[in-house]
Amino acid sequence: MAMTVHVDIVSAEGHLYSGQGEMIYAPAVMGEIGIAPRHAPLVTQLKPGEVRVDPGSGKPHEHFYVSGGMIEVQPFKVTVLADTGVRAADLDEAAASEAKRRAEDALANSAADMDLAKAQVELAEAVAQLRAIERLRKGS
Amino acid sequence: MAGAKEIRTKIASVKSTQKITSAMEMVAASKMRKAQDRMQATRPYAERMRQVIGHVALANPEYRHPFMHARPVKRIGYIIVSSDRGLCGGLNSNLFRTLVREIRVLRDAGTEIEFCTIGQKALGFFRRVGGKVMAQATHLGDAPHIDDLVGTVKVMLDAYMAGTIDEIRIAYNQFVNTMTQKPTVERLVPLSEGDDADQLKHHWDYIYEPDAKEVLDGLLTRYIESLVYQSVVENGACEQSARMVAMKSATDNAGSLIDELQLIYNKARQAAITQEISEIVGGAAAVS
Repeated sequence: MAMTVHVDIVSAEGHLYSGQGEMIYAPAVMGEIGIAPRHAPLVTQLKPGEVRVDPGSGKPHEHFYVSGGMIEVQPFKVTVLADTGVRAADLDEAAASEAKRRAEDALANSAADMDLAKAQVELAEAVAQLRAIERLRKGS
Repeated sequence: MAGAKEIRTKIASVKSTQKITSAMEMVAASKMRKAQDRMQATRPYAERMRQVIGHVALANPEYRHPFMHARPVKRIGYIIVSSDRGLCGGLNSNLFRTLVREIRVLRDAGTEIEFCTIGQKALGFFRRVGGKVMAQATHLGDAPHIDDLVGTVKVMLDAYMAGTIDEIRIAYNQFVNTMTQKPTVERLVPLSEGDDADQLKHHWDYIYEPDAKEVLDGLLTRYIESLVYQSVVENGACEQSARMVAMKSATDNAGSLIDELQLIYNKARQAAITQEISEIVGGAAAVS
């Protein structure tokens, strides 16, 4: 039997694939790479593209689309950490300024200084209400 | 029988409320199961990520990323994970209370605080009580996507890199079981020194493309994002289970309220009948 390597493909939102492979193809930033068992240890970033796993023994290839991420290669273990969305420095930057803008919009008329006393009063009220409900329930 | 009609209307209205709360309870129960599955699904990514970072950090002891390096804390940034909707018992209030208690101590010690909110409830809270909110994300829905959090997390990480804040903490509800949710505040950045260093016997000599620094930067950013994402998903599971419990007790309460009202209604009706009979009897006696 041909030599195989253990492959894990995971994304932040879930587990995509786990199994043995004779060959793995991945779209690395410096160009597509093919990884055979006993590949030298490698860590690299991925660009959007397709990750293919050849499970060997004539079985059909497994295809996965990744929109970027990381791949870690050890001689007998390959881990693909896939991104779920397209990532780029300027896109991230846009998302960050968007998040900032939303906060500014939403809190346009509120004080920049947190009023701790007010917060505690408000929370004490909420808790008191919950306790009252609790008591009512036990009493009935 | 003026009272009886009013009571009947009241009973009808409580009944329809009960229908709504019991429907919400069932919806929350099914959403909770899905949220719990989602919670399980996010674990492998963070675990693998931690392993890879551990390997890479071990192989490159000379490069210390700022995320791994603690410095004196003068300003703290909080990422607060809350739910978008209410009707989930004391879930958000308990979290905010834990937070306010911690902030009070910190503020007395002279530490400055900044916030970053996730979810409508946290935003509403800071809108009322004030506080410096740097970024926010709301309406993540039942199945949040990590892409929706990237911007919010980046604002915090950028502030950390720029030295505006010296520590990032995250506040969320930890899912213990269906009945219990634990408000938790944890340190996110700087990353705590992993105790898994001993387990890493293998010392890989990696090839890095394009280079070690860039790879490690990318890894750490993603790792922190995935931790925040995990907290959001976990908080989501907490929200659904808290809502389920709250709606269950609301349904029960409506049930006992209906019983009580029914009793009052029956009494009122009986009183009316008795009065009518005595009137008739009285009238008949007067005639004869």
